[in-house]
Amino acid sequence: MDTTKKGRQARENYVKSEFVRGATANLPMAASVAAYGSVLGVLAAQKGLNWLDLMFMNSAVFAGSAQFVMVDMWTHPLPIVEMALAVLVINLRYLLIGASLEPLFAGRTLWCKIFMMHLVADENWAITMAEQRRGKASVAFLFGGGVTIYLSWSCGTLAGMLGGGFIAHPEVFALDFAFTAVFTALAVGLWQGKKDLVPWLVAGGLALLTHHYLPGKWYIVIGGLAGALTAMLGPLNAPAVGEEGANVSS
Amino acid sequence: MFPANTKQLVLAIGLAALVTYSLRLGGLLLASRFPRAGRFRKGMDVLPGAMLFSLVLPSIVGEGFWGVVAGGLTALTVLRTRNPLLAMLVGMLVIFAVRRMGR
Repeated sequence: MDTTKKGRQARENYVKSEFVRGATANLPMAASVAAYGSVLGVLAAQKGLNWLDLMFMNSAVFAGSAQFVMVDMWTHPLPIVEMALAVLVINLRYLLIGASLEPLFAGRTLWCKIFMMHLVADENWAITMAEQRRGKASVAFLFGGGVTIYLSWSCGTLAGMLGGGFIAHPEVFALDFAFTAVFTALAVGLWQGKKDLVPWLVAGGLALLTHHYLPGKWYIVIGGLAGALTAMLGPLNAPAVGEEGANVSS
Repeated sequence: MFPANTKQLVLAIGLAALVTYSLRLGGLLLASRFPRAGRFRKGMDVLPGAMLFSLVLPSIVGEGFWGVVAGGLTALTVLRTRNPLLAMLVGMLVIFAVRRMGR
């Protein structure tokens, strides 16, 4: 009895400390998220959304790039179906993001997965993946990061909406580039070394082509899948451990 | 007029939310059926980085020469400092300066 109580206590402490660790690890990200969130707030105010609409969207959808596109499409009457389709295409990457988290959630209950997956954004996911490569990530770490990102996203978007008068032209301050810069930094964090070079080049090339020739946001998913396919079709070296030796053959 | 608008808004945001959440959870639940080794695994390992790279590259290239410079400096900063916030500011500063001088 005593030992199980002790065990439970220890596990609770572990979960708490992991939550806090995840929440703080995402703090540098939080500032960036708030910065490009403020741009969305300005745009949303221009489209006539109020702060309640915005908070409803922040809490229910909680996906930066999709929300940008939704606000962009905001007209009366609302194009509900077109909007949902656009969100589907942009957020198709979450299917892959969700799949990549499977090892982290190994052995967890369905309810745990159901509760924890909502607050998975690009930022806390990328930081968790980087942490996992060092063997130190956990579900509580991911969730703690999600809470930080949610709070900063909400603060940033609301600040942009309410202070919209001060930044009527966000592009002058390069605020529209904040999103790109943040995700560039995130991408660099996911670089695994030389073996990524060819897949990334293929991904980038296809993304540029798709961006040029197809409407909407297909380029994200198509580029990503092309990179993954390239890696799959590449030479299947002895399982990744002896990298120095493997390079000779190429 | 007001209730009709509200209903539309709830429907539009609700549907977008449902789509997004289904993708998040769906990916996680489907993944347990994926193979854990071999070629498929290699692809899945590359996927996150390749996808983010595909997300940013068109916007970087769309900014022209200075966009590429800004993107490169952002990448270099995060490599050197491991600080994404600083990296973001470096990238934004380049674009800010170029747009300032451009007029």
